[in-house]
Amino acid sequence: MSLVLVGTSHRLSPVEVRERVAFDLAGASELARSMAGEGEAVCLSTCNRTELYLVDPNPDAAERRASEALLGSEVELYRMTDEAAALHLFRVAAGLDSLVPGEGEILGQVRDAYEAGSHGPVLDRLFREALRVGKKVRTETAINESPASVSSAAGALAQQVFGDLTGCRVLLVGAGEVSELAARALAARGATISAVTSRTEANARRLAGAFGARVVPFKDRAAELEQADVVVSSTSAPEPILAPDQIPDRKGRPLFVIDLAVPRDVDPAVARLEDCYLYDIDDLEAVVRESLSGRRREAERAEAIVEREAERFHDWQASLTVVPAIASLRERAESIRSGELAKAEARLEGLSESERRTVESLTTQIVNKLLHVPIVRLKQAAATEGTGYVEVARDLFGLPEDDAGQGRKPRQ
Amino acid sequence: MAELLFWPAFLAYGEAAFAYAGDARRPGSMGRLATWGVRVGWLVQTALLVAQAAGADAFPWDTWAGSLNLFVWLVVGAYLIWGCKPRFRLLGLVVMPLAALLLAISYLAGGVDGSGESGYSSLFLVAHVGLVLAGFAGLTLAAALAALYLWQERELKRRSSTVLRFRAPSLVTLESLFGRTIAYSLPVLTLGMAVGFARLRHDSQLDPLIVLTVLTWAVYGAFLVLRYGAGWHGRRAAYTTLAGFALVVAMQLSLHMGHFA
Repeated sequence: MSLVLVGTSHRLSPVEVRERVAFDLAGASELARSMAGEGEAVCLSTCNRTELYLVDPNPDAAERRASEALLGSEVELYRMTDEAAALHLFRVAAGLDSLVPGEGEILGQVRDAYEAGSHGPVLDRLFREALRVGKKVRTETAINESPASVSSAAGALAQQVFGDLTGCRVLLVGAGEVSELAARALAARGATISAVTSRTEANARRLAGAFGARVVPFKDRAAELEQADVVVSSTSAPEPILAPDQIPDRKGRPLFVIDLAVPRDVDPAVARLEDCYLYDIDDLEAVVRESLSGRRREAERAEAIVEREAERFHDWQASLTVVPAIASLRERAESIRSGELAKAEARLEGLSESERRTVESLTTQIVNKLLHVPIVRLKQAAATEGTGYVEVARDLFGLPEDDAGQGRKPRQ
Repeated sequence: MAELLFWPAFLAYGEAAFAYAGDARRPGSMGRLATWGVRVGWLVQTALLVAQAAGADAFPWDTWAGSLNLFVWLVVGAYLIWGCKPRFRLLGLVVMPLAALLLAISYLAGGVDGSGESGYSSLFLVAHVGLVLAGFAGLTLAAALAALYLWQERELKRRSSTVLRFRAPSLVTLESLFGRTIAYSLPVLTLGMAVGFARLRHDSQLDPLIVLTVLTWAVYGAFLVLRYGAGWHGRRAAYTTLAGFALVVAMQLSLHMGHFA
C-alpha cells in the first residue's frame, strides 16, 4: 500500500484557480468517500490549499484518479508519495507551509479533514501523527507566540503593559472596520470594550452594540480617558483629536494608546507623558515585521522536529511492507511443525496427555526462537534498506509470491 | 567537604548565567538548561552550607565572606520561588551572573571554610545575620525586578520593534512584584536590625556598617510610605528601589570595615 498526495496550494496557484477546487467539509467528505474505493482517502481543503491523501495498492492509478478529481489538466498540482507526502502533511499541520508561519487555524482544519475522511490504518496513523506533530512544534518552539497582524500586535503590546487584560477598559475612538478589528483582538485577550465614541453616532451605536459597550458623545471623549486603560483611535480626522493636555493625571496607572489612523489622531507629544505608551500604525507594522522574522527563525527549529517525525512515520510505514512476508513465514513454519508432529503420531501414541502438551510446547518454542531473529531483522531492514530482505526471505524459505504487491518498496 | 561542594555549585551557577545569556540572544533555545543550572546549583550550595554548619562549632557565616556565601544562597533561593518561569528568564540574566561572581568572591576570601570563631552566641548570629541577610536578599531581588521594569518600560516608550521578542513579564506585573517584594523584605530586615540593636545597646559600638544599614532601611521605608501613602508608582518607584539597592551594594562592599571585620 502506498501513500499518495495530490494537491495545490497558495504556493502554486492563485486564488482564482484554488477556488475552483475548493470544497466545504461536506464536499471534502463526499470526495474522500468516492476516492477511497478499496483503500483510504482524506481531502484537506482550506482557503490556501486543496489536497487529496490516498492510500492505494496502485499508486499510479490513485494519482491519476486524484489528478482528475482536482482538474489536473487545468490546475497546476503537486504530487508526492510516502515519506515525502507524510513530511508535507506534518509541515502543513505545523503551520510551516502557511502564509504566516505557525498560524494556528490549520491544525483545526487538519483535524476536521481527518474526521470527515475515509481513513484506514495508514491515514489514521498519518493524520493522528500530523496533529501530534503540529501541537509538538507549537509547544517546543515559539513559532506561534508572536503576533502576525497589526490588530494582534496591538493586543500583544497591551498585554506587555498590563499582563492579563481581564478588567482592562478599552475606549474606541472611531467606529470603522480598523477599530473593530483591534477591539476584537483586545476582547479576545480578555479586555472589556467599555465605551465607543465617533463623530457618526450611528456607527458608534452599531459597534458599541457588538461589544455591549456604552456610546459616548464625541465631544466628551477626553473625560472618558479617566476611566480607560487602552485607547484605540481610528478616525478620518485631518488633525489630531487627542492632545497631551486632554489626558488626565494617571496617578501611576498606565495608559496604552493605539493610533491606527492616517493622518494620525493622537499628538505624538502624548508619548512623552509619564505612564503613557503610544503606538501608531508604523510602530505596529514594525512590530509585526520583527515578529514575522522571529517566526521564520523559529520555523528552522520546527523543520528539524517535523523531519524527525516524518522519518519515524516512514519507519512505521516501511514495517508494514514486511507484515505479509512475516505472516507467510510464520504460517509456513507452523505448517511444517504441525505436519511433522502428525507424521510422528504413531510413534507418540504411548505418551500421556501431559507429555503430549510438553512436546507441543517444545516444538512451538523451537520454531518461535528460530524465527525471532529473522523477523526482527526483516522489520529493521524494511525501514532502512527497503524490501531486499523480504525477497531473500521468500527465496530462502520458499514463501508464496501472491502477496508480493504488499511488499513493494515505497516510492521516493 | 564544604570546599569540594563549592565547585559544582559555582559551575552550575556559571552554566545558568551563560545559558540565560544564550537564551536572551535566541529566546527559547537554552531556557531549560538555565533553569536546571539554577536548581542544581542551589541544591549543591544548600549541601555546602549544611556541610559547613555540620563541621563548625558555632555559627559558620560570621565573617563577611561567609555572610556573602549565605547571602548568595538566599538570593538564589528567593529567585527560585518564581524566577524560573519562562517570562522571568531575563531576571536570571541579572541574578545568576551576580550569584556566580559573589560566590566566587566568597570562596576566594575564605567564606566557604566557615570559621565559627565569633565571640557572639550562635542564636544571636542566626537571628541577626540570618534575618538581615534574608532582608537584603529580598531587596536585591526587588532591585533586579525594578531594573527589568525600567528596561521594559524604556523599550515600550521607545516603541522598539523587538519589544515582544524577549517576552518579559508585563509592566504592571513587574511593578507590583518589586513593590510587594520590598513590602515583605523590609519587615524581615527590621527584625534583624532590632536584634542587632538590642546587642548594640549592650556593647555601645557604632560603625559605618550600621550607619549604612540604617540609611538603607530609611530609603526603603520611605519607598513604602510614598508608595502606599502618596501613590508612588512606575518609574519613580523603580528608581527609588535601585537607589536603595546602591546602598545595599555599598554595605556589602564595606562589610569588612564594620563589626563583621
